Amino acid sequence: MTIEVVNVIILVLLAVTAAAIIRMRSLYAAVMLAGIYSLLSAGLFVALDAVDVAFTEAAVGAGISTVLMLATLSIVGGRSKRPENRPWIPLLVVLAIGATLIYGTIDIPPFGDPDNPVHHHVADRYLEESYEEIHIPNVVTSVLASYRGYDTMGEVTVIFAATVGVLLILGRGRRRPQVGPDEDGFAPGSGRGESGEGST
Amino acid sequence: MSGEAWNPTERPGTGPSDGLVLRLGAKAMIPFVGLFALYVQFHGDYGPGGGFQAGVVFASIFVLYSLVYGSAAAKRVLPPKVAGACAALGVVIYLGVGYATMALGAEFLDYDVLAHDPTDGQHYGILLVELGVLVTVFGAMASIFYAVVSWRTERAGHAEGELLAAAAPGANTGTRASTGGEEPA
Repeated sequence: MTIEVVNVIILVLLAVTAAAIIRMRSLYAAVMLAGIYSLLSAGLFVALDAVDVAFTEAAVGAGISTVLMLATLSIVGGRSKRPENRPWIPLLVVLAIGATLIYGTIDIPPFGDPDNPVHHHVADRYLEESYEEIHIPNVVTSVLASYRGYDTMGEVTVIFAATVGVLLILGRGRRRPQVGPDEDGFAPGSGRGESGEGST
Repeated sequence: MSGEAWNPTERPGTGPSDGLVLRLGAKAMIPFVGLFALYVQFHGDYGPGGGFQAGVVFASIFVLYSLVYGSAAAKRVLPPKVAGACAALGVVIYLGVGYATMALGAEFLDYDVLAHDPTDGQHYGILLVELGVLVTVFGAMASIFYAVVSWRTERAGHAEGELLAAAAPGANTGTRASTGGEEPA
């Protein structure tokens, strides 16, 4: 019973936060609210007994993503433009897709039912035999690093690829030869250098 | 909303902070954050945690250091080159474990052959693979943070004018067209 109350409270807060993010014109406030949203999601994952996911969500979603988004806003500016027209057609498309998804949830097996197919595909074997096979109490770690080692390898590669992408776009600031800091302002597109580092 | 509180000439993560409490507090916290990251890494077998979370926690040390002491100071501790190399090194460690198991005659990433006892092999394999995850996640987060934080200080005049116009609408009218000229940098 208590857990239902907690779930309802968290879900309501999530909906309120999402609505507030949509209404927000200041992107700084929106980013902070997105961090709060992630933290609430982490709370929801704890309520669902998924502590590993909750930990990741709190560290990545609420923590470092917020920092990176704030730093990005300092590049692109902190206010969103007011849209010039009211986009009715996208709203209709979104509502239609949302209604379809909600319709799809009718066929989903009941929430939390131990007989659900998802609990019987490979989960039984992981839960019953992973300790014999791997001797690690935390099944999540066994699944993540051993049974699904390929998946995790893919994730690590994706993270590496994302880093390469960011560095290719933003650069690392050592392609241009040393230029005086006062010249930076007049040659915005000419390249990058470490010269202006920390001067502001 | 954020116009008053946020001063674009003091960008977070670029310049050192004057606050004594901030500086001392950050310095006092850093060892504990590092210890917590190691705990998360090595306790992943028994409780929640693992390479992903530990890597992020570890990278947050440098975010904190950069916020309080400036990114130039953080880059002296952890040069961006090293951070980028870490992002690649973790993938190499992960793949290396896979190739090591192949060299020992098993399938790719089948840790059983890494020790005499298969469960010990699994332990070693998971430990090494999680280490690879930690190193990549840490290097990736630090690299991306550096890249984003360094971007505007390197092209100061251009973007700062834009930012002033965007962040303080009352100050000097938000015309994006005049950004290059009105900012003497």
